[in-house]
Amino acid sequence: MFRKTLMAAAAVFAIGNTAQAATEITWWHAMDGALGDVVNQITEDFNASQDEYKLVSINKGGYEDTMTAGIAAFRAKNQPNIIQIFDAGAATIINAKGAVKPVQDLLEANNVNFDINDYIPGVRYFYADSDGKMIGMPFNSSTPLLYYNKEALDKAGVDVPKTWQEFEAAAPKLKEAGYTALAQSHSPWIFFENFMSRHNLQMATANNGYDSTDVEILYNNDALKDHWQHVKDWKDAGYYGYYGRAWGANQDAFVQQQVAMWIGSSGSFGGLRKSAQFDFGASTLPYWEGTGDAPKSTFIGGAALFAFSGHDAAQDAGVAEFFKFLTKPETQYYWHKETGYVPITNAAYELAKEDGYYKESPDAEVGITQLSEEGGEWTKGYRLGFYVQIREVIYREVDKIMNGEETVDAAFATIEEEANGLLKRFNDTYSN
Amino acid sequence: MKRVQFEHSAVPYLFIAPQILIISIFFLWPAAQALYQSFLLEDAFGMSSQFVWFRNFEDVLTSSSWTRSAIFTVVFSVLVSVLSIAISLFLAVRADEVIRGAKSYKTLLMWGYAIAPPVAGLLGIMMFNPLMGDLYKAFNSFGFEFNHIENANDAAFIVILIAVWKQVSVNFIFFLSGLQGIPKSVQEAATLDCKSPERRFWTITFPLLAPTTFFLLVINLTYAFFETFGIIDVSTKGAPGGSTATLVYKVYVDGFLGADMGGSAAQSVLLMIMVSVLTVFQFRFIERKVHY
Repeated sequence: MFRKTLMAAAAVFAIGNTAQAATEITWWHAMDGALGDVVNQITEDFNASQDEYKLVSINKGGYEDTMTAGIAAFRAKNQPNIIQIFDAGAATIINAKGAVKPVQDLLEANNVNFDINDYIPGVRYFYADSDGKMIGMPFNSSTPLLYYNKEALDKAGVDVPKTWQEFEAAAPKLKEAGYTALAQSHSPWIFFENFMSRHNLQMATANNGYDSTDVEILYNNDALKDHWQHVKDWKDAGYYGYYGRAWGANQDAFVQQQVAMWIGSSGSFGGLRKSAQFDFGASTLPYWEGTGDAPKSTFIGGAALFAFSGHDAAQDAGVAEFFKFLTKPETQYYWHKETGYVPITNAAYELAKEDGYYKESPDAEVGITQLSEEGGEWTKGYRLGFYVQIREVIYREVDKIMNGEETVDAAFATIEEEANGLLKRFNDTYSN
Repeated sequence: MKRVQFEHSAVPYLFIAPQILIISIFFLWPAAQALYQSFLLEDAFGMSSQFVWFRNFEDVLTSSSWTRSAIFTVVFSVLVSVLSIAISLFLAVRADEVIRGAKSYKTLLMWGYAIAPPVAGLLGIMMFNPLMGDLYKAFNSFGFEFNHIENANDAAFIVILIAVWKQVSVNFIFFLSGLQGIPKSVQEAATLDCKSPERRFWTITFPLLAPTTFFLLVINLTYAFFETFGIIDVSTKGAPGGSTATLVYKVYVDGFLGADMGGSAAQSVLLMIMVSVLTVFQFRFIERKVHY
């Protein structure tokens, strides 16, 4: 971390000395490790593509660290030009009036052609306001996918389940073959948010929270409770492995072949290819046949880029220029290929198809296919305040359902009550 | 003879000024800010704020998760302090008696001091990893149905184990130097009077160690309240069901992760009050029993 900061500082000095004419813009992001390398490559490519602007990208740790750093910097009036904010934090930054400039305005003001329909359906409105104006530029977008161990499924003589009904039929056979049938890595994202989207169920009042901060959560419904009752029953029957809330612990169970199927992110693909010593495939998120009007497209997860306010026009023009570069099909295709995140524009998806990328690795297409599935009224996303804490409540109550401390009904009553309390606090904080 | 009258000069103030400055910048000013913030509902970016009197405190105190966390914090802190003091005292007394290879024993026992809490947390949780943890396997092979993913007591056991293990070496250093500070003549006189080592320990050694023990009690409680944050963040993250989240961890989750400024400020003010009360209690009631 210290070395990174030092290097970043050195880079800043170097740029300051050599290219005084270029307007410098800064980008704080949450991509480290291999993802960070890709971000650095994109930054270099952007800087090489023109000489009017110099982009400096700095990794600020994980999603939460980056958001906190951005908040602190903004309060000290020392904010970067661009900041990466994750899905659950989007409401916090969008509702702080005047903290960011909507990307759509920024692009249009700088004469960059913008048509929201260029973006793939699942991504289009997630970071938009209630009028459909794009506020944050979708950046790393992923969606939950089912990964399966081919050998395990062959051994048990079952096909990849498309629905939860099919899963219930397959699970006992997998158990007989010596596997726990399923695990998943993110209860709030996969089994709450995307459950609602997949079945086209309303997640919160006020148009899933897009229209107002005066909103109530609608998680306490029969479809979702029924699903969790099933999950609990599967666990008790030995079909479902619960390895706690940590993403990695659940993924490890799949990698170590204790679990035959695992639901993770479309972005997990690259990592699995390195760690799993067996042949695996990816498939779409299962749904309950007959519940809501499943199957509909899922939500995206991941993060978006926001343009902080308080910078001069020249720097904002640089931000617009960078966003234009970032959404070019070639850049998106590179990002998609290197990281496993989905390409966010239709043009980039077409390019990947033309290039034969999906012939080479068909599993890489599953995520974008799922996001491009037919959308419904409730599949465009959600905008809920203090959602990070609401996810904490969900994690906590899921623990209690799993260890039998609470019934599904009691846990969902608590989730509803505490989430609504948090939403009310958020409304009281942000509505004036 | 004229009575000596010291002039009120600025010199003493000059001497304490750096200390006052440090306390003001790093404690008083932030504490005042937290207090002020705790009466506000303010958005994360500071674009709007309103004064709401005790609304934040009301929201905190009526939430069941805060109460659960407060109870856990107290139980956790008491257990961690008592256990780490008791174990390190035992180890120090034993190590003090060792003659051959005393240095190596002592060095080994002090090693843990150099380990940062998050590293200790990571080491601990890896040993209890259900897929590859040796201790997890060992416990279950003895017939315990050990499962910290689901069982709140098992998770608390792990967090306490790591926190105590980490703190024992710190306490050990203090106790060992305390023991070496007891005059040989006193010990020899005691040996002549009483041949039971156990009784000698409780009547002579322990009372002489009382100032050290009291000091360590204060330090250990502060450690358990605040510094174990790193251990919890990398090991359980408060799971299962929020049962291992200490108050400091909750402040972090709500304030840092959740960007609820007023709510987490109110929680820190409450925490500050709790620790102040505890410290006053320790100095008023326990310190009386200590003879320096």
